[in-house]
Amino acid sequence: MLPPLVPGLEEIVGKENVLWNAVDLTAYSYDATADQPRQTPDVVVFPTTAEAVQKIVHFAREQKTPLYPRGSGTNLSGGTIPLRKGIVISFQKMNKILEIDAENLTATVQPGVVIADLNAAVAPFGLIYPPDPGTVSTATMGGSAAENSGGLRGLKYGVTKHYVMGMEVVLANGSAVRFGGKTVKNVTAYDFSSLFVGSEGTLGMMTELTVKLIPAPKAHRTMTAVFKTLEDAGNTVAGIIKAKVIPATLEIMDQMTIRTVENFSKAGLPTDARALLLIEVDGMSEDLVAREAEAVAGVVNANHGELKTAATDAERNQLWAARRSALPALASLNNTVVLEDATVPRSRITDMLVACEAIGKKHGLTLGTFGHAGDGNLHPTILCDKNNADEMARMHRAVEEIFDAALGFGGTLSGEHGIGIAKMKFLGNELGQSGLELLRSVKEALDPDYLLNPGKMVPTKGNA
Amino acid sequence: MSTPESPTAYDELSQIRQETDRCMKCGNCMAVCPVYATEKVEAGVTRAKIAVAEAVLSGDLALDDPKVYRMLFDCLVCKSCAANCPTRVNFGRIMLALRAALVRKNGLPWLKKAIFSTLRHPRLFDVGMKAGAVFNGLAFRGVKAKAAIAPRSPFAWAGGTIGFDGERLFPELAVKPLRDRVPEVISVPDAKFKVAFFTGDSLNYFYPDAGADVIEVLTANGVEVHIPKGQSCCGIPVLVHGDVETARALARNNLDVFEKCGAEYIITGCGSCGGAWQHDFKEVLADDPVYGPKAAYWAERTYDISTFLTEVVHFRKPTGRVEASVTYHDSCHLKKSMGVFREPREILGSIPGITFKEMAKPDACCGSGGSYVLTHYETASSIGKRKVEDINRTGAEIVSTGCPACMMQLLDNVNRFGTGQQTRHYISLLAEAYRNEKAAS
Repeated sequence: MLPPLVPGLEEIVGKENVLWNAVDLTAYSYDATADQPRQTPDVVVFPTTAEAVQKIVHFAREQKTPLYPRGSGTNLSGGTIPLRKGIVISFQKMNKILEIDAENLTATVQPGVVIADLNAAVAPFGLIYPPDPGTVSTATMGGSAAENSGGLRGLKYGVTKHYVMGMEVVLANGSAVRFGGKTVKNVTAYDFSSLFVGSEGTLGMMTELTVKLIPAPKAHRTMTAVFKTLEDAGNTVAGIIKAKVIPATLEIMDQMTIRTVENFSKAGLPTDARALLLIEVDGMSEDLVAREAEAVAGVVNANHGELKTAATDAERNQLWAARRSALPALASLNNTVVLEDATVPRSRITDMLVACEAIGKKHGLTLGTFGHAGDGNLHPTILCDKNNADEMARMHRAVEEIFDAALGFGGTLSGEHGIGIAKMKFLGNELGQSGLELLRSVKEALDPDYLLNPGKMVPTKGNA
Repeated sequence: MSTPESPTAYDELSQIRQETDRCMKCGNCMAVCPVYATEKVEAGVTRAKIAVAEAVLSGDLALDDPKVYRMLFDCLVCKSCAANCPTRVNFGRIMLALRAALVRKNGLPWLKKAIFSTLRHPRLFDVGMKAGAVFNGLAFRGVKAKAAIAPRSPFAWAGGTIGFDGERLFPELAVKPLRDRVPEVISVPDAKFKVAFFTGDSLNYFYPDAGADVIEVLTANGVEVHIPKGQSCCGIPVLVHGDVETARALARNNLDVFEKCGAEYIITGCGSCGGAWQHDFKEVLADDPVYGPKAAYWAERTYDISTFLTEVVHFRKPTGRVEASVTYHDSCHLKKSMGVFREPREILGSIPGITFKEMAKPDACCGSGGSYVLTHYETASSIGKRKVEDINRTGAEIVSTGCPACMMQLLDNVNRFGTGQQTRHYISLLAEAYRNEKAAS
């Protein structure tokens, strides 16, 4: 039976760009977020032009049916799940790199371009696009801009919002707007890019992006340091920054994670260590990087850490392997991986690690923490059994306590995964009533009918 | 893993739950899935297929719903996703168990049944393949200098939609298969090792010269080679269609035949065959108290010819030259099932005169997938085209690989999109180097 929405959409994008059979709909009922409801949409549509996106919006308005924009569906907040059925609008077929402008250090892309593909395309120019969420090889530019994705290089290079210079966006009323562009400076009107980056598909749909590129660093030095106490590790993080070194990567793993990784991949990690840091400094010349590495070594030694420096690319890969296997190793422990991203000011990293460990113990849960120590963005990760209702309930209580702890240390609910469905009910704890009202005013000014990605981010009576 | 007490996933679908439960839907499979890269729709990729498997297990979708059926077969079982999976979901097991359950429920389509049943009777299959070699001339025209054939025009016209157009190249079916050309035992003086060569059907019928090169290289290194005549197909071609019982029958026959010949090791020259001996025989016979342990025993003693040469016999480096620039395509089953990728490169690197040129993404699938290329020619061809573009960029004159199914796919796609490269089994280049040193002396 042909769902009623199909003919109208086929008229806009052609038969080959509309999916509605049960198998295809099942394939769009989830994203990468654990412990979220699944819901199939009524139909999936693949526009190939901005005009088609506009027509789809007009059609959805007429039909009073919600629109759920989707890139690769790798987000970790339930951001792309079509909670209220309706239309999933996939940007996978708008995947062209439109221009690489090496003179202005910009690239202009369609939203479906995969981040790693952009990096491969700009590499011959000696350039990089720095934002590197764990999903670079699959996530799209549009999706990562909508989620304002972070990654491992956030401390030195910032996150997605620091690289989006302009865009074309289709609004909930169907009009298309362009703003920003290739100029380094631009104070014309409001900073619209900042409004739409991180809006999680609730305010508009990006149909083209212009992003900033930077020269690729020419040298790097990679080190690991293990510590007998969390305090030593925390002091090292603070000490490195105080020594005026900003590493490209400054990652931490707690004891639980170290032990699980060692058990999983036998990488030779010391299982009696309380914390491990992975540190990578990079820059435009060897001598500069060598000096920074020396400074790091000094701080590690002063804090009783045991330092290992990679002499070759193969050794560098070995050091990275431990960090890369943190999530897979933890995930191998059970069938449900709840990966949080509560974030605290850098100076409170040690406090937050201690708090997470205590919360895990208190609720009898398997909890390991790793993450981006340099920018305070930790990933307390709880491994549980989705078929065990009691354990799932304890997990939910633990997550609430993790949020409370982060906020108590002056931090935030989410450093890089976003709010989506997963954290919507906690927003008030951070923003307060007036903050929630601001959020609602912005949403309703642009999308009064909650047409775009309803059920996400903005907690109102009708949207929860 | 199942035990003799519990049924295998190939007999009881609910056994795959332990695999499906491990899938986090993280989407890492999207980075490597060749079908997804071509079709760009989520149903093409592994995590979606697992979501559909979950829906089948929970009763939300029916296994024999034609849409489910179509999705199940739109997969090359290349195992790229499993190799890139952070939680190591064994997707091959899920996919094959689903296909097996489908066959249990609805039986095999008559055509598959007719073809597969001949495989159980090696003699009958052999007669059929030889007859096929004779009939080649009716439907196909020879393409000189390529040892290849292309469909003749009436067949090309009828087959255009599935790629049987006049451009399509197939390797020629050998009128005299490998196992008819060689004795069952080839002895050498003071043999260092006694091995049995599992030829597989492709080396036997399509690329007997490459099969002969395997034997030549082994004997040149002081290895006694047994080529048991009673061996049958490895079973992968039927297992991927869900015909577990035929796969089991073939595995049992092969285990009996090779056990009898008294060799210490089994050598393969095909990633799918080697993977079958190393993994699939064990998997499908897991609940068989007699053959299960035998399969496990031989799994440990099966080597790809390249691994055997580099790690067991420490092969003699050739002094004969092969003047050519060569690139190497990693067969999916050779790399992702058998873990072999360093060894063929070491062998190529040992041959004087060869300039080795690595292509971008050497382990990206070529689009063959055994019979996938026959049933999904359009997708297979886009996958093959991307592969050949990477090959073209190396400028190499020869594309080598370690799997006859890849050789067939590369032959066809290089012909369509390439710049006249030759397709060779890497072992043939080593054999050629040995021959050239004899000629020079």
